[in-house]
Amino acid sequence: MNDLRYAAILVAVMSVGTIFLRFLPFLVFKKRVPSYIDYLGKVLPSAIIGMLVVYCLRNTAVSYSPFGMPELISIMLIAVLQAWKRNSLISILSGTAAYMFLIRIWT
Amino acid sequence: MMRHEVIKKAFVKTIPVMAGYLVLGIGFGILLRDAGYGTLWALAMSLLIYAGSMQYVGVGLLAGGASVIMTFITTIMVNARHLFYSISMINRYKDAGRYKPYLIFALTDETYSLLCNDGASAAEDISLYRFLVSLFNQCYWVIGSVIGSILGSVIPFSTKGIEFSMTALFTASFVEQWITTDDHIPALTGLLGTFICLIIFGPDSFLIPSMLVITLVLTIFRKRLDKESEAGI
Repeated sequence: MNDLRYAAILVAVMSVGTIFLRFLPFLVFKKRVPSYIDYLGKVLPSAIIGMLVVYCLRNTAVSYSPFGMPELISIMLIAVLQAWKRNSLISILSGTAAYMFLIRIWT
Repeated sequence: MMRHEVIKKAFVKTIPVMAGYLVLGIGFGILLRDAGYGTLWALAMSLLIYAGSMQYVGVGLLAGGASVIMTFITTIMVNARHLFYSISMINRYKDAGRYKPYLIFALTDETYSLLCNDGASAAEDISLYRFLVSLFNQCYWVIGSVIGSILGSVIPFSTKGIEFSMTALFTASFVEQWITTDDHIPALTGLLGTFICLIIFGPDSFLIPSMLVITLVLTIFRKRLDKESEAGI
């Protein structure tokens, strides 16, 4: 029973911590949004998406076979398809399929 | 737009996330079960925390008997990037009305990347559309974690590599933003700043330095970028 209580408290803490972070900027700038925050809101999306691309690839092994090649090839494929067709669904599905194929044939 | 058209548009938009969330959710459910916590726990965590990487870390915290303070600090560190998401959604979610609390609660990396640049279509529909995109994504995540928790590791086919769909989603968003914006300083700052921090700080602790570097560089470029965005309107 104590174990259950411990786990419930931990889950609650993780939940509250996450909710706190997500709501904080909205609460702090509830009345008025300073022009600096307004500016960040405009330029951050592009920067954050760039950050997330690197974040997803952070554990890619480049020092031994296959040297991150499946990731590199799939990402180039996604970039080319997206620039050409402008259809995210096609780019994402093709890139993921290419990756799943490449990691199976390339070990 | 008719209501069912909004639903359809939101669903189609979330298809790439569906694949990734189901698989990553299943992975989480399996891990949690192996740590001794069953389906109800998987359900509760995916409903109440709803932050992918945090829930994976959370399994370790539960299994390792972490203290409350340690858990709170870890949550803040792992999820600090959500401050960024919220800051850039303040204006977009301004008029969301009754949808607003859920929109803020459900702002994950993937939902953010789907919604941070959606052109405002018919104003009365956009909040419903954003709500549905957020809701569908959480449904995939919850369903995935419950499936993983129930089935364990007896998935009948190899899904190895399907988690790459998340990387693919961010890459496609990145390219799309690159094409539709004139000044590439923010995008390059995010990409290169994070990459340099990854090299310097390593894969376990580069995210917060990256956020600081991005904020700093974008602040330095404010005069130039702010002028352009105003001229663009």
